[in-house]
Amino acid sequence: MPLDVLEPFHYDFFRHGLIAAALVGALCGLMGVYIVLRRMSYIGHGLSHAVFGGAVVSHLMGWNFYIGAGLWGFLSALLIDAAARRRRIGSDAAIGIITTSSFALGVALISRGRGFTRNFEAALFGNILGVTAADLWVIGTVAVAVAVFVFFAYKQLLFATFDPEVAPVYGVPSRLIDALFSLALAATIVASMNVVGVTLIAATIVIPPVTARLLSDRFSRVLLGSSALGAGIGVAGMYLSYHFNIASGASIVLLGAAVFMLALTYSATRRRSLPALAMRTARPASPPAPELLD
Amino acid sequence: MARGALAHDGPVIEIEGLTCGYGTELVLQDVHARITAGQLVGLVGPSGAGKTTLLRALLGQVPRMVGRVRVLGREVRPGAPPPGVAYVPQLETVDWNFPVTVEEVVLMGRAMRMRPWPWPGREDRRLMHRILDRLGIGSLARRHIRELSGGQQQRVFLARALISEPHVLLLDEPTSGVDVKTRDEVLHLLGDLNRDGMTIVLTTHELNAVAAHLPWVLCINGSLIAQGDPDEVFTPEVLWRTYGAAMQVVRQDGLLLVADAAPHRLREQLRHRHAHRHGEEAPHEHEHAHGDDHHHHHRLDLAEALPPLDPDARAPRAAGR
Repeated sequence: MPLDVLEPFHYDFFRHGLIAAALVGALCGLMGVYIVLRRMSYIGHGLSHAVFGGAVVSHLMGWNFYIGAGLWGFLSALLIDAAARRRRIGSDAAIGIITTSSFALGVALISRGRGFTRNFEAALFGNILGVTAADLWVIGTVAVAVAVFVFFAYKQLLFATFDPEVAPVYGVPSRLIDALFSLALAATIVASMNVVGVTLIAATIVIPPVTARLLSDRFSRVLLGSSALGAGIGVAGMYLSYHFNIASGASIVLLGAAVFMLALTYSATRRRSLPALAMRTARPASPPAPELLD
Repeated sequence: MARGALAHDGPVIEIEGLTCGYGTELVLQDVHARITAGQLVGLVGPSGAGKTTLLRALLGQVPRMVGRVRVLGREVRPGAPPPGVAYVPQLETVDWNFPVTVEEVVLMGRAMRMRPWPWPGREDRRLMHRILDRLGIGSLARRHIRELSGGQQQRVFLARALISEPHVLLLDEPTSGVDVKTRDEVLHLLGDLNRDGMTIVLTTHELNAVAAHLPWVLCINGSLIAQGDPDEVFTPEVLWRTYGAAMQVVRQDGLLLVADAAPHRLREQLRHRHAHRHGEEAPHEHEHAHGDDHHHHHRLDLAEALPPLDPDARAPRAAGR
């Protein structure tokens, strides 16, 4: 029996899931470049756990998920920032304490009421069925807002990420840029939670930029490549999750890991090839200093 | 390059009673100095003396400062860098694995001047290529920054500074960690820029290779020890107060050479003992060179030849950082 490749597209929930996966993949891929280069991967991972606590609380209180979880995430980010400034604690320990306790709060509340197990699993590992039209609107809005931010702050964001100490000297408003970036990060995580799941979100943030980095040395290309890879892996992963009947978050992450391995192999062979090596070692002689010519 | 919009009369940099530091840590105390337009100035001192901190104070990047710093006639306050000033950081602080090409780095210097979209305009590109060509790295625009030699890397960051069309150029250790040829190239380049009218301030810990060639130096160790032409400023007394170590100054045929006295004396001592064992006189080839160094004329034993174990006991305090 020939496999009906178009079969899943007959279902609304699958189309929703597919669009969500593409948007979330592109969004995480885009933000991921900055998150990885700013060495904030762990913060992204921690923040998604912290947001889980907020999600459960807002569910129990009957608040809107996005508002409750978003506020919770933003407050956690501020708290992490404040705790990390105390030198005696250290930022990694601060993130560990704040995010795991927020996560534990969510787990504790959920374990009291038995009815939430389904939602609980969805929040942890992502669920293709969980994506509603309203979710799509939120994800789409966040994706557009973040894209607009990155577009208009591209140069400042690049400078502040590459050289945070020097950027202010050249007039870059790095505090404003950093604050907007934290806001974009919290929004990205809250928007992505339902699709990829709390536990796997870090992978969708880290895999596309690291893979794109293997394929280019140019920042603009890494940024575009990472977003495209994120979207592609999201769509393909969603599709595989339907056919193999596995959790959508897991299939997206596994596919991403496979693509990363491919890129790693490709870049290793490319770098070892002789012409490439010659390109890398041969340097044009710099011209002699003018004085030496006198 | 158009300079003039920010032109003003009077000194380019005025420092009056500057005391600054980080948190509770004081790095510099009561510094007074002024630098006029077109000067090429070196900040000299041991590591931790506050050279970089003084540069950062000129940029408003030191969190706590008392006193007055004016750059191009504008008061500098923490968090408010003065316009018209460009800064070239130490190469060691750069993340060389960051995915950026030479042109991407250089264009950062125009981040606040370009149009709002991500790509550079035609005018920006033309300016970038003109600067890269002038610095002799025009063919490297699309290379990744790690693929360059040390001298080329230094030029990339110099290009990033120049593309902002500054009046004042501040460089942190532009010659550290590069080979002799590169060091000379960088100094020649800075000399050229200075001849074109650029005011340049750089830090260096290399007395002979760099500082002695500069027209003006500021000797720093927690405070300003001395300033002036290195020919006049580099005396054993000033160097002792700056470095907390005995140094000798050799002047010959208009050439100035600063030598660390301790190893020299140690070597003499060792040679003397060696000669003694072989029944010969130790050669006294150094006698003529030391003019005003009083320590030198006694006979030394080994303990005296070595630097004191606790330099703070005899030298001015070397400030932290």
